[in-house]
Order: sequence, then C-alpha cells, then structure tokens
Amino acid sequence: MAGAVNHDYHLLEPSRWPFVGSVSAFIMALGAVFWMHDTPFMNFVFFAGFAGVLYTFYGWWSDVVMEAERGDHTPTVQIGLRYGMILFIASEVMFFVAWFWAYFDAALAPKAQEMGEWMMNGPAGAGYGVWPPEGIETFDPWHIPFVNTLILLLSGTTVTWAHHALLEGDRDGLKKGLWLTVILGATFSGFQVFEYAVAPFGFAGSIYSASFYMATGFHGFHVFVGTLFLLVCLIRAYKGHFTTEQHFGFEAAAWYWHFVDVVWLFLFVSIYWWGQ
Amino acid sequence: MADTIATNADHHEEHPTGWVRWVYSTNHKDIGTLYLIFAVFAGLVGGFFSFLMRWELAEPGVQVLTALTGDNADAAYHLFNVLVTAHGLIMVFFMVMPAMIGGFGNWFVPIMIGAPDMAFPRMNNVSFWLLPPAFMLLFLSMFVEGPAGFNGVGGGWTMYAPLSTKGAPGPAVDLAILSLHVAGASSILGAVNFITTIFNMRAPGMTLHKMPLFAWAVLITAFLLLLSLPVLAGAITMLLTDRNFGTAFFDPAGGGDPILFQHLFWFFGHPEVYILILPGFGIVSHIISTFSRKPIFGYLGMVYAMVAIGFIGFIVWAHHMYTVGLDVDVKAYFVAATMVIAVPTGVKIFSWIATMWGGSIRFTTPMLFSIGFIALFTIGGVTGVVLSNAGADQAMHDTYYVVAHFHYVLSLGAVFAIFAGFYYWIGKMSGRQYPELWGKIHFWVMFIGVNLIFFPQHFLGLQGMPRRYVDYPDQYEYYNYISSVGALITLLSVVIFMFVVWRTLRAGEKCPDNPWGEGATTLEWTLSSPPPFHQFNDLPRIK
Repeated sequence: MAGAVNHDYHLLEPSRWPFVGSVSAFIMALGAVFWMHDTPFMNFVFFAGFAGVLYTFYGWWSDVVMEAERGDHTPTVQIGLRYGMILFIASEVMFFVAWFWAYFDAALAPKAQEMGEWMMNGPAGAGYGVWPPEGIETFDPWHIPFVNTLILLLSGTTVTWAHHALLEGDRDGLKKGLWLTVILGATFSGFQVFEYAVAPFGFAGSIYSASFYMATGFHGFHVFVGTLFLLVCLIRAYKGHFTTEQHFGFEAAAWYWHFVDVVWLFLFVSIYWWGQ
Repeated sequence: MADTIATNADHHEEHPTGWVRWVYSTNHKDIGTLYLIFAVFAGLVGGFFSFLMRWELAEPGVQVLTALTGDNADAAYHLFNVLVTAHGLIMVFFMVMPAMIGGFGNWFVPIMIGAPDMAFPRMNNVSFWLLPPAFMLLFLSMFVEGPAGFNGVGGGWTMYAPLSTKGAPGPAVDLAILSLHVAGASSILGAVNFITTIFNMRAPGMTLHKMPLFAWAVLITAFLLLLSLPVLAGAITMLLTDRNFGTAFFDPAGGGDPILFQHLFWFFGHPEVYILILPGFGIVSHIISTFSRKPIFGYLGMVYAMVAIGFIGFIVWAHHMYTVGLDVDVKAYFVAATMVIAVPTGVKIFSWIATMWGGSIRFTTPMLFSIGFIALFTIGGVTGVVLSNAGADQAMHDTYYVVAHFHYVLSLGAVFAIFAGFYYWIGKMSGRQYPELWGKIHFWVMFIGVNLIFFPQHFLGLQGMPRRYVDYPDQYEYYNYISSVGALITLLSVVIFMFVVWRTLRAGEKCPDNPWGEGATTLEWTLSSPPPFHQFNDLPRIK
C-alpha cells in the first residue's frame, strides 16, 4: 500500500455524477434539437434529459456539501475552490462579452434595414440607420429598469450584511440578510417578467429586440440561478451549516451575486440608458 | 504537509476496479488514458474523412463520392462539404484538444508539479465524459437533414451565417451547434481545473519560474480556453436563436450583421489555434532538452514567449476576415499585430535550436518527431507571415495556400507533437516501451506522406485553386495527384502506428523508471512506470 497520505489535497472516491450528467446532457441536447424541429414527443425527451441534469446537479452538489461538512475541505482545498469559482465567473464574464459585442456592433454602427440596399452595397456601402432602430419604442430607463437597479444594489448590501453576520457568528443576522437578498432577487425577476410582458416590441425580426432580450434574458437567467444559489445557502444556514471560519459555499454564492449585479449595471447603462 | 485528514486517508485504502474505475473515475491518470483512447478513435474517424476527400480529389471530376451517394452528383458535392466540416471539427475538438490537454495534460501536469491529482478530480471526469456525447451529436448530424434535401452540415467548421442559418434549415446544424456547446462546456471546466491545479497544488519549493514548460504551456492554454470558448458559446447561441426563434443577429433584414458572427467566431477561433499548438510547444521543449541532454535554452524566454503568444493571440482575430470589407486602417492594425506574433514564436524556434546546439543528441523516435515538428512548424509559421499581409491575402484567401499553411502548423505541427509525446511517455504511461525501429519507420513514412500531401498544396493555392470544392479544372491535376499519393502513404503510416501501439502494449519491453537517462529531469521520471494509482502521498520538495 502506498501508506499514509501526507498532504492536504482532496482525493475523491469514484462518483457516478459526471457520467450520469453527461448522459443526461446528451439526451437533453438531442431532445432540444428535434423539439425545435417539431419532431413528435421530442419535448418529452428534452425534459427527461433536463430532469437528469437537475438530478445530477442536486446529487453532485449534495455530495460536495456532505464532503465540506465532513471536513474534506482543508484550507488548501478551500483556496482551490476559490480559484475555481473566480475562474468560472471569469468565463461567465466572457460569455456576456459576446452579447454586449452583438449589441454594440448593432448600436454603434446601426445598419439601414432595407435589405436590398445592404445587399447591393455591402455592409460598408449601406446607408447608416439610427439607434434604436426606427419603429422600436424603448423602455424609459428611469422607471422599472432603474427600480430594478436599486433592487439589485440593495441586494448587494443585504448579502454583505449576511456575510458579516456569519463572520461574527450572528446566525440570526445571517438568515435575515439571506432572506432579504432572496426576496429582493425574486422581486427583480418579477419586475423583469412584467417588463417583458408589457414590452412594446416582440422577440423576433429585429436586431434591437434580439440583442435586448438575449442580453437581459441571459442576465435574468443568471439572477434566477444566483437566487437559487442563495436559497440553498439559506437552507444550509437553517441546517446549521457554515462556521465563522469555513463557509465557502456562502462566499461563492455572494461572489456570483455581485457578478450578476455588475452585469446588470452594464446592461442598465448601455442598453436601457445610453441606448434609449 | 502537516495535517492528515482522517477521512481522506480512509477512502483510499482500496482502488476501484472494473468498469467503475473508468466510468466513475476520479483519477487523473485514468481520465488521461480515457482521453487518449478517445482522441485516437476520433483521429481515425477524422483521418478517414480526410482520406476520402483526398481520394476524391486525386483526379478531376467527381467519381468517388458519387459511389457513396448512388450516383447522385448533387448529393456527392454536398457530401464533400460535409466531410470538410466534420474533418475540421473532429480534428480540432475531438482529436488534438483531447489528446494534448485532456490526455497528456491530465497525465503529466499533476505529476510534473508534484501533485497527487487534479484540483477537482470529479469535475475532471465530467470534462471527459461530455466529449463522447458531443462527438455523437456531431456524428449524428451527418445523417439528418441540413440544407433542404441533403444530409449533414456542409458550411465548414467556421459555420458562417447565412450558410448556417438560412442556408441549412434542417436539424443537422442544430446538432452541430449543440455538439459544440457540450464540447465547449467540457473544455471550460477542464480549463478551470488545470488553472486551479497549477496555481494551488505545486509541490513545496516549485515556484512558477521553476515549473516545467509543459505545465506552463497547459496553464496558458487553459487561460485561452477559459476566455475564448464562452464567446464561441455566445456566438453559436445566436446562431441557434436566429435559426429557430426568429432573432436577427446575423440577418440584415432585421438590421443584423453576418460579419458579427465572423468577429465572434474568430475572437474564439484565433486563440483556439494557439490552444491547439501551445501544449505541443511544451511537449517538444521537454523532448528536445531530454535528448540533447541539456537544460532548455532560455527557460524564462520560453515561458514568456508563450505568455506573449497567448496574449497577442486574442487581438489578431480579424486577419481571418481580410476579404469581408474591413476598413483599410483596421486591416493595417491586424496585419501589424499578426506579424508581431512571429517574434515570440521565433524566440521559441531559436531556443529549441540553441538547446540542441552542442548537445549530446540522440535521435530516438520522440526526438525525430520533435525535430520534424520544429522544421515543419517553421514552414507553416513562415507561410503564416505571408498570409498575414492583408494585400497578399486578397489573392490567397480561401485557396489551398491557406490549407497548406494551417496543415503545416497543425497537422504537421500539433500532430507531430502529439506523436512525439506519445513515444516520449508511452513507456511511463503503460510500463511498456515502444519498439524503436518501428517507431522510426512510423516517423519516416509519416514525414514523407504528410509533406507529400501538403507541400504541393502551396503551389495549388498560388495557382488559385480554391479550397472546399469537390472538383477542380484539369490544370490542377498534377499536384492534386501527388497530394493524394501522399495521403495514401500517410494512411500506411497510420497502420504502422496502430501496429506500434499493439506491439507496445502486447509485447513491449518493461520500461524502467527513467528510460531516457540524465537528460530527463522532470518529476514523472522519478516515479515507477506506470506510476502508482496515487503518487506523491509524501509531496516532493523542490530545491
């Protein structure tokens, strides 16, 4: 036998989750493609795969939580987890770069929408259009979007309240701060759904609506995921998880939440305000 | 390290066996082996497609692919495009990347930095297991409708709109897009894992400036993956919504811009080509040093040359787009920035030569592949500088000159580096040494074969033969025929390689801990061959 393990790293037992998750992702992708092409029953295939992916997330992260509570996450391992989360957020930032790129590509040099002219003269020769494109009635940034900005900024402070409470062993403050953050996150999502419902422009057919809905939509999805992440932390807080020294799961959720917050500030300034 | 966590020690008294060991693996060496097997398999499929293409192009006219499509000429034309597309995507995403980063990276980065495993062993396994589904999605796309009436994606690996949107309404393109989403997720998770491992798990005393060059190469590669792949994910998501949900990102009728896709794609695509070659730089550095029995010349210069290549790789993307109507000032910038990359690349080439200079050189198989790499990569690099001229590229864009260029850097560069790594490390990985004579035969047959394929393509390109066509005028027959003969010889080299693999695993001599002698100084040579299931329970200390 190799003998005693004299290091602080986390070696793992075999796990079924990577394989289960991959098979589920395959089923989900396959279902998604053929559902989009209206093949019968493929919506069920998609949801079966989706359920498998959710099951994997639940099982996998349950294992992570269990290992954390068991003491596998030594200080060295925790540093690794921090790197992991920071790098994941960095990749998310680059994902949003793509959507902002699409937005500014259209907004800084709007093309005339007459396809004929574009085809005749090419992109350089085509007449320039206006931004927002003609016929698009944009939102007033100082109504719901501004309220949402304030909501997210406030939620950034409440999650910091929860963090400081946790650091000082104030479990009650931790729960209150998290409750408020989750409620504010859900309120933001509610306003966002309302805004989509009353939007004066549809989803299809225009570069404005494409870049608006996909950028704000992916942000909204991240708010939803971040809210779930904080909700899991709240449940864990009730279960007595997290100590003043070790609470990386909470920190990761808070970092993610701040990231989502910052993306919104860019969306608000560039799409709602500058682009109105 | 001081503390031993009781729970940690308990779990690893017994090692997993049977299918659980492989399918549920959390061991970097086993996962690396899975990656390597997958890469060989994908390489055979992708290589078979390229052989079909060369067979078709051996003579003017369309005669080979029509046999596969029941004499339907239009279907044969489209099939050629499908083969081009699949060959590109398979070789990039399912052969070179899994072999270099997933295979050798997984195997040797933890060992070289003195770590017992990767930082996130379970996530490591999902990085691998997402690849077979991604490959299956891509493979499936060849058998469902793409353009109306034809099966498969024929738009090339770049998937430019509108060919990939309005030009191919069937589900094939959606399958390819989802395939790239899944493969991209795999690579992003892998990148997070490698960066964390290298930053957090280096053995005591191993500062970044003492870290072996292969680990540096993988670190820089991982950063390129982490920052470029999400942009591709965004771009292909836009393709997906343009195709299926009526958005207008790339549709001028709605104010969108097909050129936007090219910008987004190449913002990923250019770093991607460095992702394919940087690990090869690392592998070759080790081999040149080992078989010259000298430390690498200019270690820090080698490190920061790779950093510079990685950084500049992000700001040169539009040199792939000189013919789309960019402003002349924009083109001037991209020409200058692109040419700058030749400087750090030159630093590397000359440092390899300086390492060999005055060394006690042994021409083993890995050394032959490495020297072949340097020579052929340099040729590809020089034609790259030619192509970086926006003026010259007006004439050469989308000709076989470009095909010759990127196959010299990738097919003869990256792939030679993979073979070099295979011969260098197979004794360590399997415990069995390869047969030297057969290795050398493999090298020479392959060297002759691939050069015969790709060198004449420079001439074809300069004569104006466009790429991605199933047929060509008679004037191009001579060099095309030579090129296809080269493909036949390369096919023979693949057969020889498979024989070498079989011979090695079946009847190879037992490999000692360090078969290469005093030139091999990195930590993997201090371990047994093959290494124990978990190495470094006591962390090595680096002077």
